[in-house]
Amino acid sequence: MTAVLAFTVFSTVTAGLYLALSRDLFRCVIGLALLGAAANLVLFAAGRLDSPLPAVVPSGEQVLTDAANPLPQALVLTAIVIGFALVCYSLVLLLRLMHDARTDDALALRHAEPVPDDPVKPPAGDPDCDVRWPPPPDSR
Amino acid sequence: MNALVATPVLVPLATVVLTTLATRRPALQQLLSLVGVLTFLGCAVVLVALAAADQPAQSAFGSWVAPYGIAFHLDRTGAALVLVTALMGAASLLFLASDADTGPRHPLLLPLVHGVLAGVGGAFSTADLFNLYVWFEVMLICSLGLFALGGRLDQLDASFKYLVLNLLGTLLLLMAVGAVYGATGHLNFAALGGAADALPPALATVLLSALLLAFLIKAGAFPLYAWLPASYHTLPAPILALFAGLLTKVGVYAVLRTVGDVFAPAPHVVMEALGWVAAATMLFGVLGAAYHWDMRRILAFHIVSQIGYILLAVALAGDAGNAATLFYTVHHIIVKANLFLIAAMIWRLAGSYDLRRIGGLYRLRPVLGVLFLVPALSLVGIPPLSGFWAKLIVLQEALAQGRYVWTAVALVVSVLTLYSMMKIWMEAFWKRHPDAGWRPPADARLGPAWAATLGLASVTLLISLDPQTLLTYAQAAARTLGG
Repeated sequence: MTAVLAFTVFSTVTAGLYLALSRDLFRCVIGLALLGAAANLVLFAAGRLDSPLPAVVPSGEQVLTDAANPLPQALVLTAIVIGFALVCYSLVLLLRLMHDARTDDALALRHAEPVPDDPVKPPAGDPDCDVRWPPPPDSR
Repeated sequence: MNALVATPVLVPLATVVLTTLATRRPALQQLLSLVGVLTFLGCAVVLVALAAADQPAQSAFGSWVAPYGIAFHLDRTGAALVLVTALMGAASLLFLASDADTGPRHPLLLPLVHGVLAGVGGAFSTADLFNLYVWFEVMLICSLGLFALGGRLDQLDASFKYLVLNLLGTLLLLMAVGAVYGATGHLNFAALGGAADALPPALATVLLSALLLAFLIKAGAFPLYAWLPASYHTLPAPILALFAGLLTKVGVYAVLRTVGDVFAPAPHVVMEALGWVAAATMLFGVLGAAYHWDMRRILAFHIVSQIGYILLAVALAGDAGNAATLFYTVHHIIVKANLFLIAAMIWRLAGSYDLRRIGGLYRLRPVLGVLFLVPALSLVGIPPLSGFWAKLIVLQEALAQGRYVWTAVALVVSVLTLYSMMKIWMEAFWKRHPDAGWRPPADARLGPAWAATLGLASVTLLISLDPQTLLTYAQAAARTLGG
């Protein structure tokens, strides 16, 4: 069982990293979501895996023997909730970004850091992409 | 006084709820936010007083005793950083009342700022590894919201890059926490410290390296700092100052807590690697800053460079190194945030952040020129300002341990820092304005901005003229850590 889980984590991490390194923004977010799933599996493995026994200490005993440790399962639950929120947020951000920038290529996204046009001096920056005074009338 | 231990989280979270409820009434929202941050500041002062009197506020929630329940514990280190957090929150919120690059006033701005404060306060208070991860996530979600609020294309672009690299960091942290729990069966700091000694050295090294890698991404250390200079300069000034002061320092604090307290003494190879990472962080940060002409980008690269100094202090370990870490962190948060705020005032008066497009400010506002020099020269480490004392105690310890290469790198980086600060001063204040028809704005509303920056500068001067108080406190704090 542990070996199967280890292999699952391995393949999930591999797939997640491969997608996260992609230039395609959507694939990148999906890759991060997969990596999150892999992290949850690692956390899950921190409790014992094999036992089907309920995580209750029998009366008269002090220590829980063979059953799985329920704490990592609670931790995984927390991590799933947080991860879900972050994936939702990043998908919304991604939609807005792809809509405004009209591209889904990570290399074309140079609005925050314009490409230098001079070998020595940094670019002066695009006034449309920077804070101005007075503020533009349709500022949200 | 154990109820107080939760205030670094409870007060900002309550403010988040109240300010969210008041989104339709901006004046009320503003008032609630100020009351919230002042309450936070008051509680933080009491927490520091308690910690300094050797009665640190602590509590395990839900009456689950120490190694099982989630515990909060505010020793001297945590309490001092909570106080600085509250101070930064107050300064940023005060600055927001001016019109120096304070951005569009979205109704969710104030709730998110308090959310960041809650995350930072929680991270400094908690004594539980998984809980620390949760506070990192709270900070991440709130800061992502603040990045995207403006809705400008460069802000969306920056928040995506910030999101990807930071998410990778938190996922790594989550995996490392899982592995640590699997190996030791504990998450509570005190219990982990006991269990870590029984671990085989090789396993301890691997676990600690995984944890540190995650924290170093958060701290913006070489070579994982790319997210920081790629994104910070798109933020409105008060938020930028808050992030610059606090977010990376939480990562550094987590590094200090793991190698200097929980897992102390850390394996030699880990500390050696951390020292070289620190030296590289200093050097590459300052080189990035030397290239740029946008004030925000120069200062953002200097965050990275200064993180290197703090990490060097962590890597030197022992009581002296840990005390230097706390001293440097407190000094640095105040100075760094102040520099960003003053840069925003320069932007309002001169019209741009790009040094090639501005000038002539010394004739217009000589006081601002002097005010800028206080944090700028303190960042460089010119005596008698606070940065000099901070660098002195770090480098004294580095020399005492025979770390000549690290010391040399730190000194060279200081000179390059001086270059950057003088570049800003010469270009913004000394030279003539490149546009001959330029007239200073007549309607700038800078009163609250002056109050915030002068307040922070006077705290810097206070540390500069009386470093012994903070140093004694930091040394006592280092003795209560495990290192």
